[in-house]
Formats: sequence, structure tokens, C-alpha cells
Amino acid sequence: MTRIVPATDNPTAGGRSICARGAQGSRCRRAGPAAPGLRRIAAIVVSLVGLGLAGPVHADNSLLNVSYDPTRELYREVNAAFAAKWQAEGHAAPTIETSHGGSGAQARSVIDGLKAQVVTLALASDIDQIASRGLLPEDWQSRLPHNSAPYTSTIVFLVREGNPKGIQDWGDLVKEGVEVITPNPKTSGGARWNYLAAWAWAQKNGQDPKGFVTELFKHVPVLDSGARGSTTTFTQREIGDVLLAWENEAYLALNELGEDRFDIVVPSVSILAEPPVAIVDKNIADDEQKALADAYLAFLYSPEGQALAYKHYYRAWDDSAANPEDVARFPQLDLVTIADFGSWKQAQPEHFGDGGTFDQIYSGQ
Amino acid sequence: MALAFRLQKSPMPGFGLGMGITLAMLSLIVILPVGALLARGISYGPEAVWATINTPRVWAALYLSFRLAFLAALVNLVFGTLLAWVLARYDFPGRRLVDALVDLPFALPTAVAGIALTALYAPNGVFGSIVRDLGGKIAYTQWGILIALIFVGLPFVTRTVQPVIAEIEQEVEEASATLGAGRFHTLRRVILPLLLPAALIGFALSLARAVGEYGSVIFIAGNLPMKTEIAPLLIVIKLEEFDYDGAAAIGIAMLLISFAMLLAINLIQIWSRRRIGHV
Repeated sequence: MTRIVPATDNPTAGGRSICARGAQGSRCRRAGPAAPGLRRIAAIVVSLVGLGLAGPVHADNSLLNVSYDPTRELYREVNAAFAAKWQAEGHAAPTIETSHGGSGAQARSVIDGLKAQVVTLALASDIDQIASRGLLPEDWQSRLPHNSAPYTSTIVFLVREGNPKGIQDWGDLVKEGVEVITPNPKTSGGARWNYLAAWAWAQKNGQDPKGFVTELFKHVPVLDSGARGSTTTFTQREIGDVLLAWENEAYLALNELGEDRFDIVVPSVSILAEPPVAIVDKNIADDEQKALADAYLAFLYSPEGQALAYKHYYRAWDDSAANPEDVARFPQLDLVTIADFGSWKQAQPEHFGDGGTFDQIYSGQ
Repeated sequence: MALAFRLQKSPMPGFGLGMGITLAMLSLIVILPVGALLARGISYGPEAVWATINTPRVWAALYLSFRLAFLAALVNLVFGTLLAWVLARYDFPGRRLVDALVDLPFALPTAVAGIALTALYAPNGVFGSIVRDLGGKIAYTQWGILIALIFVGLPFVTRTVQPVIAEIEQEVEEASATLGAGRFHTLRRVILPLLLPAALIGFALSLARAVGEYGSVIFIAGNLPMKTEIAPLLIVIKLEEFDYDGAAAIGIAMLLISFAMLLAINLIQIWSRRRIGHV
């Protein structure tokens, strides 16, 4: 996130006034054009003071939403629509800022003191981490409907045009000569959903799940750190035969990069990915901001917010206001949920923690 | 020695102020962060730090990072010195342009460099496709990492050696020639010893830069554990697991190894300075 400090360069005719507010009141001096060095120093000092002050000056009708990577397009529209609605209800125009990045890194920024009032991340376990530092209650996920996930997605395959390797399901990924692109589950929230979806398919088809994912990762030539990185590797660098991707990311790739280059393949089993949202209670300044944050998250669940989620290729819950075309494009498939793995509190250390099943793949245990 | 420590008053004014500002800045910018890292390691406990480091995957990453950084610095030592020689000794059209180009790796954001190099060396890239036709692979292998590290470290050797070459009087070479030395002999016995201290500094800087490089490598490396996973990525992975202590442990390991390597280079440099008197 960047904060823009008002520029101190304010060219007035021939010079600029520098004011110092002391105990005696304000003294102003007009710096002439003859002292460029001094003026530059003064400008730097003023900028530094400005930087220092920019933090606390934050109106209460503002929100910072700390989100993960592929939601940029969604929240750009949600913020605009919500601001319009909030004003129409007779409130002052709110300032809503959104910050994007890898889900884990974003959670760490909030833990380390980024004053986010709202977090909308890829995994419940990332918000669990914030909760474990006492910034919001441990039972945050039960405060909003649908496990606090206003929209969901799933994991699908993106293959090259015409599907030359004939990939239909998870079992085809470990065939001879097939290269699979997925980000690193250690650094990417999306990749953890990929991994669990593969695990679930193996379980349902009578295979040893650990053996299957071990075999699967032998077919992975590049492990990018995030979902967008993997999409680039697959689409721009033309590495690999199949990309394991968020469904919304796969549709975005089709739209942005041309439908004639890739096909989406929907496997028989996948996982219901629930990117949750929450209010960070400790970062709420007052009741007014609390009301704004509540309304913001409630908006995501409203028919209007849900329609926007559908539009941006998320599987939402309420399609009453959505464009029927946006809803119809999602094929039905057998979706397991994180509850089938216990919960994130259980699955995270078991599979992705230090020495978990993913580490064992590469250490050969 | 029973010598009492006494500050000799320097004839130059401004020692107190200069030293004060230096120490304050150094503390803020260098000592505090490094101290925080070490403090984290101490609170974690030496056994726990060792347990984190002493795993095959961490050793593989550390070995990869330091080995490739060393190789990249060696390549830069040779070609950076040659480049400096060409820039300092010859006048040719476009010399200033080439001179400015040398600094580009400093100025370019490392992520941009990484993406550009990957685009070139990926199997569908300009160079990558040639290598692919020959049956090889550069991007997503250790070769790719090496190229990225050479790229980011190149200016260090050139920029440290160039002014030294410019200062060596042409007469020195002529004197050597009049005394009957051949060209190769002059280069080996006269020029290179003069360049060695500066070149070693450049080598050390280039090495240090390459060891810590993350931004450009991450795009071209492929990041496969045990194969192309660099140590800085392991630190990021530990952070993603919210394992701050584990991240600090690997950070301390890198710090100690780097410190030992730089110390060794400095000792060699002191030795080479003594050998040739001064520079």
C-alpha cells in the first residue's frame, strides 16, 4: 500500500513560504529564489514531518481492507459500489483503501501492526494467525454466514488449446510426460487448496493420497511463490501442460489472454475454497468506524455484492441480482470442503507445517 | 602491553561531530536490525537454531546459494576486470554509453531484471529456444540462477577496479617493457598485483550481493526444494509458516557464513597489499 503525501512543491511566484509554528505563534519567511540548496533541505524536512504526521491523521469514515492477490478486480468494483450505496443512505463519503499481496504476507503485515480494519484473505488459517495474536476473537469465523466466506471458488485445470495431452481428471496429471504447474503450497494460499483437492481426489478413488501427491509433485518443474507467478509461468513462459488454478484466476486468464489459447478442464472432484472475511476488532477506532466496517462486510453478502462476486468469476451464494450468464458458466462438480480435513487448524500443521506431508514429499520420508 | 589508550587529537576539526553522526547512523541502519536478528536467535536458543539449520533441505539451500554466489563473483572478477580495463584504457565510439550501461544492474529493480532474464532464457525465449533446440535448459535450472547472480553483481568489480586502472600510469608499463619484460610478464607481474586489492574488494561486494539476492532469482530459479531453492527463499517460506524463529535461524546461518567469507577475503586483501607495499 502506498500513501501519497501531499506534495510540498507549491511553486509560487519567485519562491515559497516556509512557516514554523512555535510558541510565539506562526512565523513565516519567504524563501527567495536565490537559495535553492536551503529550499531543498527545507522541502525534505517538511516532507519528513509530513510522513510522520500522515499516520495518525485518519478520518473515522475510512477503512483499510487487506486482501490477497487475485481479488484486485473484484474489490475495485465492490469499493466503488459500496461507497455509492453508503452515501445514498445519507452518510459521508467513505474512503476505502485496499491492499493486495500474498495471503500469508498480508496476514503478517496485520500482525506486525498494519492498521487494517477489515481482512479478506485466501485462507481461514491466515486469519486464525491474526486471531492468535489477540487482534480479533478466536471464534471470528462464526460471526458471519457461510463460515465468513461471502464468495467461494474452486480449483480447476487450465490446459493448452485443444487439450493435447488429453487431461480430464487428477489421475491424468501423473501420466508420463505431463508437466504440472502449481505455486508452492508453503508460500501460496491457492496452492494449499490445489494440494488438498488432489489429496481428496486420491482418497475418493481408492489411492494412497500421500503417494499420489508425491507422484504429482514429481511432475512439477517450477514452483512459483504465488498464484499469479504460476499463471505467468504457464501462460507467458509456456512451461507445463496444465496449470492448477483458482477457478476465478483461470477464467481471468481466458479473458485476458485469449480464449483460443487455453481451455478450462473441470476435474471430477475438487475442493470448495472459502476465502473468508473478518473485522479486525482491535484496529477499529470507534463506533462510527465499526458501523462502516459492518456495513462493508454486510454489503458483500447483499444481492448487489453477490452479483459482483459472480461477475468476477467467484461462486457466491445469492444469485437473485446476478447476471444469469455469470451464474450459468459454473459447472457442477463434486466439491469436498475443508471440513473433510477437520479444519484449517488441523490441516495447516498436518500438511503444510514444518515437517508436514508437503515437506515429506521433498525430504523423501 | 601496558599502553594506556589515549585519543590522539587529530589536527582535522570536526572529529566529534562526524564520529557521532556516523555512529548514530550505523546503529540505526546496521547494528539495530542485525542485533534484533541475533537477539531473536538467542531467545530461540542455540540448540533450536542448530536443529533448524541442520536439515538436508536447509543445507542444500545454503550450499546452493553460497556455491552459485561464489561462482558468479568469480565470473564477475574476470569479466568485470576485463570490462574495466577496456573502459579505462581504450577510446572507442560509444564508450560513454557502455560505461553508463554498466550501472544498469544497480538501477534496475531486481524483479524487473529477473522477469526480463526469465523471458529471455525460458524455453520459449530468444536464447532459451536456441538452448532448448540443442537439448539444454537455462531458466528454472541452476544455470538460470547463476546468470541472474552474475547480472546483479557485475558492476561491483568493474566500478572498484576501473579507477585503479585509470590511475596506473602508462609509463609503468613502458618501464617494464624497457627493462625487458614481455607483455604477458608485465601483465602478470606489474599490472595484476596493482589491481588485486581493488579487484578483491569488488569480488567481495559482488559475492555479498549475490548471496542475499532474492528478487531476481526467484523468477528464474524454478524454486524446487533440494534442487533450485535458494536460502533466502527458505527464509521467506519460514515466514509464511509464521515461524519467525526458524526464519531468524537461517538468517543467522547466512550471516555467519557471509561474515566468515568476507573476513577471509579481507585477510587475503591485507596480505596482497603487504606484498606489493601499498596502493
